[in-house]
Amino acid sequence: MGKIFTFLTRTRGIGRLHWTDWASYAYLLFGIVIMFGPVLWLVLSSFKSEAELQRFPPTFLPYAQEMISIEGYDKPLPLFEITNGEFAGKQAGQVRRIGLVSQLVRPEAPKDLIKMPLADRKPVERIDFAFENYGDLFKRFDFLRYLWNSVFITTMATLIMLLVNSMAAFALSKYHFRGRSTVLAMIVGTLMVPQTVVLVPLFLITRELGMLNSLWGVIIPGAATPTGVFLLRQYMLTIPDEILDAARMDKASEWKIFWRIVLPLSAPAIAVLAILAIMWRWNDFLWPLIVLSQNDKFTLQLALNSFQGQLTTQWSNLLAMTVLVLVPIAIVFAFLQKYIATGIASTGGK
Amino acid sequence: MDKRNLKWTGAALASVIALWAGSAAADDIRFMCAADGNECATLEALFARYEKDNPGTHVVIDVVGYKAILENLPVQLAGGTGPDMALVTDFGGLAKYFLDLTPYVDANYWNTNFGNTLRWSRTGPDDKGIYGMNIQLTITGAYINKTLFEQAGVAVPGEKATWDEWAEASRQVAKATGVPFPMAMDRSGHRIAGPAISNGAKIFDDAGNPILVDAPFADFMGKFVNWNKDGTMAKDVWAGIGGTSYQDAAQEFINAQLVFYYSGSWQVQRLDKAIGDSFDWEVVGSPCGPAACSGMPGGSGLVGFKQTKNPEAVAKLINYIAQKDNYAEFIGKTRNVPAHEGVAKEGVAYTDASQNVAKALKGWNAQIAKLSPIAYSYQGYKNSRTMYNITVQRVTQAIVGEMSIDEAMEKAKQDVEAAIQSAGK
Amino acid sequence: MTAVLNAIMNIIEIPMRFAQRRLGLRRIAWVFLLPNLILFGIFAFLPVILNVIYALTGTDQVMLNDRTFVGFDNFITLATCTNHLDPNTCTQDLFWRAIYNSLWFVTLQVGFMVGLSLVTAIVLNGKIRARGFFRSVFFFPVLLSPVVVALIWKWILQREGLLNAGMDAFGLTPYNWLLDRNWAFIWSIFLSVWAHMGFYTLILLAGLQAIPRDVYDAALMDAATPFRTFRRITLPLLMPTMIVVLLLALIKGVQTFDEVYAFTGGGPGSATTFIIQYIYETGFAGTPRLFGLAAAASILLAIVLIGLTLIQLSVTRNKADG
Repeated sequence: MGKIFTFLTRTRGIGRLHWTDWASYAYLLFGIVIMFGPVLWLVLSSFKSEAELQRFPPTFLPYAQEMISIEGYDKPLPLFEITNGEFAGKQAGQVRRIGLVSQLVRPEAPKDLIKMPLADRKPVERIDFAFENYGDLFKRFDFLRYLWNSVFITTMATLIMLLVNSMAAFALSKYHFRGRSTVLAMIVGTLMVPQTVVLVPLFLITRELGMLNSLWGVIIPGAATPTGVFLLRQYMLTIPDEILDAARMDKASEWKIFWRIVLPLSAPAIAVLAILAIMWRWNDFLWPLIVLSQNDKFTLQLALNSFQGQLTTQWSNLLAMTVLVLVPIAIVFAFLQKYIATGIASTGGK
Repeated sequence: MDKRNLKWTGAALASVIALWAGSAAADDIRFMCAADGNECATLEALFARYEKDNPGTHVVIDVVGYKAILENLPVQLAGGTGPDMALVTDFGGLAKYFLDLTPYVDANYWNTNFGNTLRWSRTGPDDKGIYGMNIQLTITGAYINKTLFEQAGVAVPGEKATWDEWAEASRQVAKATGVPFPMAMDRSGHRIAGPAISNGAKIFDDAGNPILVDAPFADFMGKFVNWNKDGTMAKDVWAGIGGTSYQDAAQEFINAQLVFYYSGSWQVQRLDKAIGDSFDWEVVGSPCGPAACSGMPGGSGLVGFKQTKNPEAVAKLINYIAQKDNYAEFIGKTRNVPAHEGVAKEGVAYTDASQNVAKALKGWNAQIAKLSPIAYSYQGYKNSRTMYNITVQRVTQAIVGEMSIDEAMEKAKQDVEAAIQSAGK
Repeated sequence: MTAVLNAIMNIIEIPMRFAQRRLGLRRIAWVFLLPNLILFGIFAFLPVILNVIYALTGTDQVMLNDRTFVGFDNFITLATCTNHLDPNTCTQDLFWRAIYNSLWFVTLQVGFMVGLSLVTAIVLNGKIRARGFFRSVFFFPVLLSPVVVALIWKWILQREGLLNAGMDAFGLTPYNWLLDRNWAFIWSIFLSVWAHMGFYTLILLAGLQAIPRDVYDAALMDAATPFRTFRRITLPLLMPTMIVVLLLALIKGVQTFDEVYAFTGGGPGSATTFIIQYIYETGFAGTPRLFGLAAAASILLAIVLIGLTLIQLSVTRNKADG
C-alpha cells in the first residue's frame, strides 16, 4: 500500500525523501531483480558450453575447466586442486581417471604420478564465454535470410494492422451508423477466440487462398487481430467530437480528419499497439510453423525451433539464437518507448 | 501531392509486388528433415553425391524442428501441400500418404534387408508394398553409472536379471552412495512399453485388435507407479510435467545423480560428450520379465509421399541411400544402430568414434536380437502413438494421485476404444 | 519513412474523397470499416463458422468433405459425467479438470495481474528518477516469446535450479517446486503475471498520466488525505482505463496457453492443464486428431467468453456514452 502513497506524494512538492519514496525505490529495485535478473541470466547462459548447461546446480556465470600443459604430455591436461592428503592445496593436471581413482601429475614434478580418490580433488575453473555458440549459428544456416523474413513479416503485418485497425476504430468510435453495435459485437466476439483453437480452419482457408509457404500467409491473417481495433476504439472515444466538427467546418475530407487529426491524437495508443503488434509477429511461432515449411521462408522463431529434435535439444545454440532474436525487438522497443513517453506527455498536458 | 512522395510510393509498391512474385517454386524434390544429431547433414552429403551422378535430380532440404514433423506435416499431407520426401517417425499414422517404391526398386533386396521395419508402414499381411526405409534403428534400454556401482560395492546384475533385481540393486547403490535417484525412465509411452511387454503384456488381442491394457500390462504399470511413490524411480521425470509432453532424465544421469537410466540408443553421443571423464557408464539394455527381455524398437524412416510429382526420382534417391555401402556409411557417420539387416550382421565401423561410444553402440547392436515380436508390431501399429500418449497421460495421473492405478487403467482402456472408434483400426 | 507514409495516405485520399462525395457523411463509416471487415470475415469470423462444422462432424479427417455428420455427439461426449464435480467420472475427464483449473487460474491471475499492474503504474507515475528506465524494466518481459519465458523459469525453479541453489546457499531446505501440484499452479500464475503485467502497467500508466494535474492540486488545497485523493479522484478518473485492462486481462487470462504449456506441460498430472491446452492437445497435437471434440470445446468456451464480455461491455458503454 506504500506505493499508493508514493503516487500521491508526487504533488507534495520538492523536499526531503519521504519514507514513501524509499518504499517506491525499494519496490523498483525489487522489480529490477525479478523482471530483469532472469533475462540477464539467460543472456549469460547463452555463453555456456553444452556440457556446462547440463550441469547441476546451474551457475550464474559461464565456467570452463582450466587446462594446463605439463612437460611430457602432448595434450593440455585438465587442472585440479588437491583438497586432501599430502599435497593438499596444490594444483595438478589429471592424466587419467580409472574407476574411483584419479591419476594426477603436478607441474613442478612432471615425472611423479600421484594416485588419489576422486573425492580428494576438485576441478579448477575459470570464467569462459563460449562465443562459438553464436558463431555456429551463422555457419549452420542462412541467418540473414531468416532475419529478413522476420523483419519483412513483422513490418508488413504491423503496418497493415495499424492502418486497417485504426480505420475501423475510427469508424466505430466517431460515427453513429446503423449496424455499429453488430459490428462491434462481432469484433469483440472474435477477440474471444484464441488463434490456437481455430488453427485447422485457418489452415484450410489459407490453403484455399494459395498463401501457404508464402510470407503473406503469415502477414495477412496476422493483421486481423481484433485486440487492436478494441484498444484503439477505446482510446479514440476520449477524443472530443468538437475537434472533428471544427475540421469539417473547414471543409476537410473525412480521410484527412482521420489521418491528420485523429491518428496523431491517438499516437500513444498507436505506439502501444505498434509495440504489441511487432512483438506478436516477431515472436509468433505456431502459425508460421503451419504456414511455412520451406527453409528459405523460415522466420527466426522457426529456425530457433529446428534446434529441438525429437529426443534431444541443442541448448547452447538455442540459447544463443534466443538472445540474438531478442536483440532487434529490444532495440525497437527502446526506440518506441520514448515515443510513447512523449505521446503520453503531450496528450496528458492538453 | 508532391513528386517526391509519388516516387517513394511507387518504389514501395514495386518492392512489395516483386516480393510477392519472387516466391515461385522450382521443380525440385523437397525433403523435410528433423533429427537429433547430424542425420540431416549426412543425408545432404549423400544426396549431393547422388546428384552429381544424376544431374536431373535436385534435392532441397528443409531442416525443421521435430514439432513440425509431428504436428504440421500430417496437416499438410491431408491438405495436399506436403513435401516430396521426409524423415518421419510416425510410420503407422502417416502410412496412407507413403509412396510405394516397389515399381522402381529391387523388391527382393529390400525385403531381405529391411524385412522387420518395412512391416511398420504396411497395412496388413497382404500388403507387400515398400514404403520407405528406416535410416536407423533405435532401441530402448538402460544405461548404468558403473562408477557408482563400484563405489557402493554392489555387483552389477547379470544379463538375465529381472526388473525387480535391478530395482533392488539400484536402490542399494543409491543408498550406499547418497545419490538421490536409483532409477529413472524417460517420460514416454514408448519407453515403458518394453518393460510391459517383457512382463507379458500382449498389447493386441488374439484377433489382432488393440487392447493395450491386459493383466500383465496393468501389473507393470502398478509396479511403476509404486516405484515412483517409494522413490525407486525419479518422480520428477513423469510427475514433473503434464499432458503428453516428453521428458528425459539425461541431465540427472549426466550429473551422476542417477544409478540406472532407462532410455535408448540415441543418447549415446550426448552422454559421451556431456559425461566425458566424470564417471564410467555402460549400456545394459532391457532387464527381463517373465515373457521377454525386450525393449522397443524405433527410429526414423526416409519416405516419399504419393503427392510428389516425381515419384521415380524420389524412389531412386531413397534406393540409393538404401544400398549397403551408402547405408553403412550413413550409420557410421551418424553413430546409429543399423536397421539394414545385412549391415547389422556384418557390423558397422564407427569411424573416429571414441572408445566409449563404440563400446556403447556395440552394446546396443547386441540388443536387437532380444526384441520381442510384439514390440515390433506395437511400434508399427497405426495408432501406436495414440496408445503411447494414453499410457503416459493415465499412468502419470496415477503417480500424482489424481486417480488410482485401477481407475487409470480403466480410463486407458476406454481411451483406446474411443480413439480406435474415431480413427479406425 | 514519413515521406512514404504521406505518399500512401495521399493516394488513399483520392478514392476516399470520391467515396465521401457519393455516399455522404453517414455511410462513409462503412468504407473505413471495409478493409478490416474483409480481413476479419475471412481470417477471424470464417474460421469460427468452420469450427461449428467441425464440431458437428466426427472422425480424424482434416478435409471437411471427408468428415461424417454426427450432430451434437461431440458436445454430448464433452458433457457426459456421472457427477460433474468429480472429473474422474466424466468421459472427458481432462476437459472438466481443465475447466476447473481455468476458473481458479483466471480468477487469481486477473486479480494479481491488475492489482500489481496498478501498484506498479502508480509507483512509476510518482516523482521518481529514471522513470523511462524503470518503465522499460517492467515492460521488458513482455517482449520475450512465451517459450523463452517458460524456459527461463523452468531453469530457475527445477529441482536443481537457480532458486534451490540459492536457497541452499542461505541454509534453507531446497524444495521441488514443480513436483508439487499447488506450487506448480502458483508458479504458473506468477509466470504469466511476470510475463504480461508490463503491458497492463503501460496502459494504466497512460491512463494515470492523462489525469490533469490541477485536479490533484485542488485536492491538495483541500488538504485531502492521500487515501481519500486516491479513492475520490484517481480511481474514478482511471475507471475507463481500468475496465479496458480488466477486460483484456480476463480474455487473455482465459486464453493462457503457450507459456504455461512450455513451462509445466500442464502438470504435474493435470494440475496446470487449462482449457486451451485441452483444445490444442485434443485437436492438434495429440493423435488421433479429434478436431470435432476440440471444436465443440472451443465453441463452448467462446459462448462463455462472449457472455462475460457483453456484461463488461455494457458497463463500458454506459460509462463512455453517459
